[in-house]
Amino acid sequence: MAQIKMSKKAASIDMTAMCDVAFLLLTFFILTATAKVPEPVNVDTPSSTVKTKLPDIGLVTITVGKGKDNVFFDIKGRDIRRKTLELMSDKYKVSFTDQEKDQFALMESFGVPIESLSSIIKMKSAERNKVGLQPGVPFDSINNQLKDWIYTARQANIELGNQKDLDFAIKGDAKLEYPKIKKIMDILQDQDINTFDLVTGLRGKDY
Amino acid sequence: MAELNTGDSGGGKGGKVRSKKQNSKVDLTAMVDLAFLLITFFMLTTSLSKPQSMNLGLPDKNDKKDDPKEEIKVDQKRTMTIVLGGDNKIKWFHGLLATPEPGGAPTEATYGKEGIRKEILKRVTSVAAYCAAKSGSKPGDGLIVIIKPTKKATYRNLVDILDEMAICNVPTYAIVNDITPEELKLVTP
Repeated sequence: MAQIKMSKKAASIDMTAMCDVAFLLLTFFILTATAKVPEPVNVDTPSSTVKTKLPDIGLVTITVGKGKDNVFFDIKGRDIRRKTLELMSDKYKVSFTDQEKDQFALMESFGVPIESLSSIIKMKSAERNKVGLQPGVPFDSINNQLKDWIYTARQANIELGNQKDLDFAIKGDAKLEYPKIKKIMDILQDQDINTFDLVTGLRGKDY
Repeated sequence: MAELNTGDSGGGKGGKVRSKKQNSKVDLTAMVDLAFLLITFFMLTTSLSKPQSMNLGLPDKNDKKDDPKEEIKVDQKRTMTIVLGGDNKIKWFHGLLATPEPGGAPTEATYGKEGIRKEILKRVTSVAAYCAAKSGSKPGDGLIVIIKPTKKATYRNLVDILDEMAICNVPTYAIVNDITPEELKLVTP
């Protein structure tokens, strides 16, 4: 009799506590996780040993792809996005409906001239982020929309009453040639933005 | 607790006990397996997807009038110029190009631990000692690295060199965009 009882006890361990802990941790990680955003351009960032984290709000990211004019623009923060679009539509005389503005506030980075922005807004997220669909924000000397986006984003930030100025980050592809990055830096510097972040990947300690 | 009460009330005493023993515990192993798998997934994705960044401060463009003055005043023994060329080539020299410091003639180097870093580290310590010994130098004076990326240099080269600056604790460094033809000649084969 005793033998049979022993074997029955050892057959299964009480998993309840373990299960509780596992699900607690799971809930925590799900809630803190930020979903990885699909990007319309593949960027292979260079790596560095510096480990400064980027801020989560009030950040303007300029993504520079490998192609000819692949420059994408992104602002973090829905209010700022909406306000920026309103200011830009005034400036370029391109009107957007309220619905489009709401949709734009939820979007991620985009890379089209403002004239064709509404067609991008209409698309679904998966279609929008197809590589090669968006040509990039124009930033040449004749039609420098990138400059205006940066300018209006800062203006929107001030109009919303934020004390802190926006942070700027450049996310460039490692294989880019220096003059192109220099051009983006120049656009920022022309607006007296002398400090910005370069987005990099992680590099091992023994580099 | 994970117990299930079965509404099995009929039957004899012995039968009732047996059925209770069978259903008293649910096997949670598979559930725990799944939970831990998901935990692992979320843990890895959260820590890896957060992008890192390197802060870069550039001098103000508008007050260019002050720049030349400052550069003339700087002791040439303290400057090290690194010219970034195409095809991951680096040429560096210590002092002036025409009259380099001893051991600082234009030399080719590679990126990384065994290449340029050795030279930078050597000069960080030697120039710091030189500045400490020299009268009239302010505390904190040390090596000044001038980074000159050519048009063929890539963005990776620039970030790599800026990373070296951070690793070697170079007190002062600057990205300078005007490259003299002589310097350009160093990196063109």
